[in-house]
Amino acid sequence: MCVRCIAKARTAGRAVQALLQGWQAPAGACRTARCFSSLPEPAVDAPARPNELEGKVAHPSLLNEDLLKAQYAVRGELYMKAMELQKAGKELIFTNVGNPQQLGQLPIKFNREVTSLVVAPFLLDHPAVASLYPKDVIERARKLNKMFGGAVGAYTDSRGNAGVRQEVADFIKRRDGYPSNPEHIFLTDGASVAVRLLLNALIRDSNDHILVPIPQYPLYSASIQLYGGTLLGYNLKEQTGWSMDFNEITRSVNEARNRGACVRGMVFINPGNPTGQCLTEDNLRDLVKFAHQEKVVLMADEVYQPNIYQDEKPFVSAKKVLGDLGVPYSNSVELASFHTVSKGVLGECGLRGGYVELTNFHPGTIDELYKAVSINLSPNTVGQVAMSLMVNPPQPGQESYEQWKKEHDEGLASLRRRAHAMTDGFNSLEGVTCTFTEGAMYSFPRLHLPPKAIAAAKAAGKPADTFYCLQLLEETGIVTVPGSGFGQEEGTFHLRTTILPPEEKIQDFVKLFQDFHKKFMAKYA
Amino acid sequence: MLHSSASAEQLCLASPVRREPEPVSVKTINHDVVAAEYAVRGAIAIKSTAYQEQLKEGKDGLPFDKVYQCNIGNPQILGQKPISFFRQVLSLCEYPELMEHPAAADIYPPDAIARAKEYLDNIPGGVGAYSESKGAVILRQHVAKGIAERDGHPCNFEDLWLTDGASPGVHYMMKTLLRNEQDCILCPIPQYPLYSATIKLYGGTLLPYFLEEGRDWQATVAHLQEQVDTARSQGKQVRALVVINPGNPTGQVLDWENQELLIKFCKQEQLVLLADEVYQTNIYAAGREFLSFKKVLMEMGPEYSGHVPLVSMNSISKGYFGECGRRGGYFELVNFPQDVKDQLYKVASISLCPNVSGQICMALIMNPPQPGDPSHELFAKERDGILESLKRRAELVVDTFRSMEGVSCNEVEGSMYAFPRLTVPPAAVKAAANQGKPADFLYCMELLDQTGIVTVPGSGFGQEPGTFHVRTTILPPEADMAQVVQKFSEFHESFMRRYKGENGGS
Repeated sequence: MCVRCIAKARTAGRAVQALLQGWQAPAGACRTARCFSSLPEPAVDAPARPNELEGKVAHPSLLNEDLLKAQYAVRGELYMKAMELQKAGKELIFTNVGNPQQLGQLPIKFNREVTSLVVAPFLLDHPAVASLYPKDVIERARKLNKMFGGAVGAYTDSRGNAGVRQEVADFIKRRDGYPSNPEHIFLTDGASVAVRLLLNALIRDSNDHILVPIPQYPLYSASIQLYGGTLLGYNLKEQTGWSMDFNEITRSVNEARNRGACVRGMVFINPGNPTGQCLTEDNLRDLVKFAHQEKVVLMADEVYQPNIYQDEKPFVSAKKVLGDLGVPYSNSVELASFHTVSKGVLGECGLRGGYVELTNFHPGTIDELYKAVSINLSPNTVGQVAMSLMVNPPQPGQESYEQWKKEHDEGLASLRRRAHAMTDGFNSLEGVTCTFTEGAMYSFPRLHLPPKAIAAAKAAGKPADTFYCLQLLEETGIVTVPGSGFGQEEGTFHLRTTILPPEEKIQDFVKLFQDFHKKFMAKYA
Repeated sequence: MLHSSASAEQLCLASPVRREPEPVSVKTINHDVVAAEYAVRGAIAIKSTAYQEQLKEGKDGLPFDKVYQCNIGNPQILGQKPISFFRQVLSLCEYPELMEHPAAADIYPPDAIARAKEYLDNIPGGVGAYSESKGAVILRQHVAKGIAERDGHPCNFEDLWLTDGASPGVHYMMKTLLRNEQDCILCPIPQYPLYSATIKLYGGTLLPYFLEEGRDWQATVAHLQEQVDTARSQGKQVRALVVINPGNPTGQVLDWENQELLIKFCKQEQLVLLADEVYQTNIYAAGREFLSFKKVLMEMGPEYSGHVPLVSMNSISKGYFGECGRRGGYFELVNFPQDVKDQLYKVASISLCPNVSGQICMALIMNPPQPGDPSHELFAKERDGILESLKRRAELVVDTFRSMEGVSCNEVEGSMYAFPRLTVPPAAVKAAANQGKPADFLYCMELLDQTGIVTVPGSGFGQEPGTFHVRTTILPPEADMAQVVQKFSEFHESFMRRYKGENGGS
């Protein structure tokens, strides 16, 4: 019994004493506890903090501070304004979120056929099933049904179904040429959940820093804030195709450490979001060596790995580079790699399927993560089925293969054409420069705004790119995200748009944008 | 305790001393993650998985040939069939082309097709697109309709957040309400470990209140008051009261009077009422009915109905549907300020959206086929069949426990669990203590080792000191149930005999 507990046991009421005796203490803790504080005792007459303000218990100023501070730009001011306009009946073009099916992209047929059978297993025994579905669809549905113990309506293992995890491991091995352990793979409700799982575990207090690229995907800034850590930004260099400058990163890590900061992890996004660049193998090798030297966990956001729109820089996973570099990197650099069913040509955002593969993680940490996911019981089974179908598509010779191949190849080719149309469109404009979208789903043009526009924005109390995007929204209905939501070099302005408007509409889209831009520039010339 | 063993944290605070890198290990990850415990998937569950693997590989030498998962409310893994109408609509939503197929009308009833059309027409991009972060509007409207019909009071769909199961709602609320360890949440003991785990995870403190087993697991206000006063006198702030109705693991169903008292207590002590109502359709006891806290609150007059902040949670995982794997749920906020709702919207938006097929399933459950609809007859038959069978199983389980030596068991009025109390021989308590475990852990582990029945020891939920309990679901199919209770009884007899013998001999 610790001193504090003895004191407490003396002063506490009957029920509290009973509690002190009854609870099991976690290993290593005071054996009396679960005393209800493992915290410094307050001064004896410390007044309780107000539990109510203006008649409200859950008053905003009485909420968790980290929550209040967290910002999430993808669904921020612009999005709210868009919702308002939509309610008022304005027709909108949503290019703010990589949400392809909302803009009319069709799902891959094979995947949906199988899923429709898996959720309605009674169809498998229906006499009409053979007339409704190709044979390989029925076979795959039977196989999945068996894998899930006949019950996609049941909770699975908290890390996801073992069969699906094995399929993911096989996919990773085929992709990289190095083994993957299904016990180190966690299936999640989309990749965001996996990212938050890792950040929650890594971050202990505000002194823990996570390196994040600037511009970055706001999931990282929001989650780091939510878990009470600190974001340590590293700038990507727009002039050199959004490349990383390791001298600068090393310098900023050293500076932070000299301040007493604890640098825990490093996020990189390849292909980039919102910046669309693809990393070269050289670049990835530098990254891995950096992580090894500086002892940071590498968090590889590789959700856009199938979305590649040029041939010079194919996608290479960090895991493969780790393996190619050999010992000591391959057996020591702690790597978490994230993937999802929401991107690629699948674009199955609403199904919420994702995974994280952990490499070189301490087994005790993997156990802790397992426990943490078990608090939410299990990821959704439809998302798991979607993951299984993504990593294990139809093979040549199977009935659905031709159709699948056609949808897959055409989907990818169309995205490639749209990436070109979009960046060409931006680059044709005065006062706009745009790095080619080598991968992912976004263009991130830089706006060189006239001083009058910047002054008008300032007068309106908004960053200049937010000001621009709001006018774009009001005049054209195009919903984008201002660069300030992702972070950008001081004094520069950008916006992010997806390249997802349907191909037959993309020229109109570009035209609409161009007309607005010209008017805007003229207005503030 | 946190501070005495936390040299790493102390180092962190002692800036500006240069920090050397630290590789990730259990010692260097977030203490709150490590400290969180989650008994439902603890050591016994993990061992049961290993047994299942062994049986699958055809290994003999185990004293059982089947593992009975009575540890978790996961009905479909035990063979409970999904409700046809729900799955028909879901399968059409996954693959809308089916509706155009000439054979579709032979397979799908017209109301299933109509419902799928209605949803797809109103959800831009269908199930494959991110929806609004709170859930698609049409689906929230259907849930709101169901709530309004249940309570006889209006429900605004903007006050609803659809979630991936009910658990995320608990996470959101804990994250939102807890600011530091001084902030306490009142939780029933025994409680569902989701609460203890999330309170730990978000760095708050669990303030327990004991349910009284002798009074059908009801809570008394005097005891709640005592707990709150003690906590406040120590400088702590009490933020919310968790109530699970019908109870988990305790199976009681609250009555109007009791609910009124709890609401009054929340008003007086300025607490948020977190109402876990996920078992609202699982009611078995004669004369008992589920009353939502929203209904009771709305009927207590403006002094209460306009003031007490209430969070009501529901799920697709329980009831007669048991769609655990789908991950669907919602919470409704009553009497919350708009700017707090904005904050919760922001939290939800960081995960983009809950899975859409789980959302659809939630909407279907709150707005099922009505009398006169083509699917109603089959729907009602399936629903009633499952609920009646659960009722029979609840009675069988309780009767069995009551027939065992040294076991008492309250009625399973609702939910999916029986929570019998064990009076075990002192030798068993001692043997368990030698392993550093409570006696009910030892009991459940031996039960698993000898019979293949997986349960959760009462110590995982918390219980009055010196008492021991076991939680078992009532979910094994009726055909297996007879075997389960038989094996359980036999095990219990041998357990008692063995430890009494040891006691006598020592």
